Formats: sequence, structure tokens, C-alpha cells
Amino acid sequence: MNISIDDNYCKGCEICINACPKDVFAISQKRNKYGTLIPCVAEKENCIACKLCEIMCPDGCINVETEV
Amino acid sequence: MNSLLEKYIKKESLPYIFCPGCGNGIVLNAMIYAIEALGIKDDTACVSGIGCSSWIPPYLNMDVMHTIHGRAIAFAEGLKLSQPDKNIIVFTGDGDCLAIGGNHLLHAAKRNINITVIMINNYIYGMTGGQKSPTTPIDAKTKTSPYGAIDNPIDGCGVAMSAGATFCSRWTTGHPNQLKKAIQEGIAHNGFSFIEVLSQCPVQAGKSIFKERDPWKIIQYIRKNSTITSVWEDEYKEDKIRLGNFKKETDKREYCEKIITLKKRMKQE
Repeated sequence: MNISIDDNYCKGCEICINACPKDVFAISQKRNKYGTLIPCVAEKENCIACKLCEIMCPDGCINVETEV
Repeated sequence: MNSLLEKYIKKESLPYIFCPGCGNGIVLNAMIYAIEALGIKDDTACVSGIGCSSWIPPYLNMDVMHTIHGRAIAFAEGLKLSQPDKNIIVFTGDGDCLAIGGNHLLHAAKRNINITVIMINNYIYGMTGGQKSPTTPIDAKTKTSPYGAIDNPIDGCGVAMSAGATFCSRWTTGHPNQLKKAIQEGIAHNGFSFIEVLSQCPVQAGKSIFKERDPWKIIQYIRKNSTITSVWEDEYKEDKIRLGNFKKETDKREYCEKIITLKKRMKQE
């Protein structure tokens, strides 16, 4: 399992943090080039690969790769 | 970036023009997932008018038309009649579709032409600074209704169905998977499909209607004030907004087919 967040396009709306049913994401103290606080993957082991974050991210930043 | 979106989005035009937390991106994702599931990327064209929601198609790596205000459905009808084998999707907003383009919506629904209209309803004119739109709820204070809106909002699904749309559904941005399935069904349906999406506008509607700037809280507010049903009752008394796939009629003939039979008849006479 590999979850990645694209720093270049994230606008810090925090929808992913709230939408995740397993609270995988958390707000970090890292800022991107626009100055917004971007989320980070805090508890990767909780992820059930429902991919709700992928479809709910308005900027298409999140990618969840599952191992085949 | 999302690996599926990389296939569909022009990467050089990113990031999107939308404000942080805007619902348009979620509708775009749902549409891309639906097109991927149907496998019709090369046979689809998107048309849009003017407004925030009409900025969705220009990012797509497909054939798109960004047209004049309110006339997106009229352009889409022309495109469909010239290429009846292609799928046409129209992205339009509440102001574009129900205010200036209301007449085009009625006539496209009446003709039952095979196009899919996705109307993104954010309850306000977001792009121009937060004026009252046809769907603004009663008593909502906006820039052009400072003492509260006094007229009743228009129900887009009700208008489309009474005009004769043969597929009609309504979802919110808080139901992305249901929305994806509805778009998939709407594209596959042979006839006029109308899909309304209740969306959050954290900047303009958040300031004047919901009094809440957090996009997630607005999504939850819309979800709480809605109920899922599959039957459309004309006499509906409750306050809640109805969501669901309301109508699917397959026995009505489609407009392009009618034109083709008319052409054949004219040649014979």
C-alpha cells in the first residue's frame, strides 16, 4: 500500500482529513509553495483502500496504490 | 497526483482555478471515474457555458467547448445532431442552466435529445461575487438580497422532469460514488438525462448562506438536510431536499432517431 499526496496542487481544504473513515490523514506543519498547510499520511496501517479520499479530493492530489 | 486523473487532465494547466474546497473538483472526479468505467474517452465531448462550474471541461484532455452564457445546452444539441454517435456531456451551473439558459433546458428536455446535463447547484452566483441565484433558499441574505430572499427557489429536477426529461437524478458532493453511478447511467441512457449535484461554495455561499467557511461542514449540512428517495411525489411537504435517481423512462423516442426517420421519409416522398 502506498498513499501519496501531491504538494504542488494541494490547496489545504482538509476534505481528505474529514472524509477518511479510518482517520489516516492528519494536518502537518509543512507548507507548500502557495503557503498552505498540507495534510500528511499519519496512520498508513489503518488504510482499507476504500479510495474515498481519491474521489473526494477536489484537486486530484491523492493517489492510493494497492499491492496486487 | 491521482494516477487515473493523469490520463484525463491537461497537466500543464494545473492547478485548477477553483477556490480551496470547491465542489467542482469532486464532480469532475466522479465524471472521470464514470467515463473510465464506461470506456468511452475517445467518443465523448464536453460542453459548458459561463460560471464557476463551466470551468470544469477546459482541464480535460478531451474534445471540449466553452461557449456563451446559458447556451451550453443549445450548443450541445447542435453538436449531438451533427455527430449522433458521440456522447455529449454538458457542465452547467444553477445560474447558467436555470436563469439565463432556462428556456434551452426546457426545450432540450421536451425534445428528449440524447445528451447528459450535469447541473452543479451551489445556491449562489459564485464567480461574480455572491449574488442571489434562482436556487438561493428563501430568507438567505446575499449581496443582492440584503434583507433575505423573498421568493421561492426553483427545483431543477422538478422543472426538467415536468418538461419531459427521461432520466433525472440528484446527489450531493458528499455522495461521490452514488454520483458516479448516476453519471454512468445518465450517459448510457438513450434520451435526455438531467443530473443535479448539490455542491458547496465555501467562499461565496459559505459567507452569505451557510455562515460557515469549512467545506466539510457545508457538505455535512447539505447531507443532513436531505433524504434519499426513489419516488418523486409532486405533493411534497417536508423541508428536506430529496436525493436519488427519480426517473428513468425508456419507451420515449429519442430526437436524433426521429430526425433520421424524418430524413428517410422526406427522401422517399
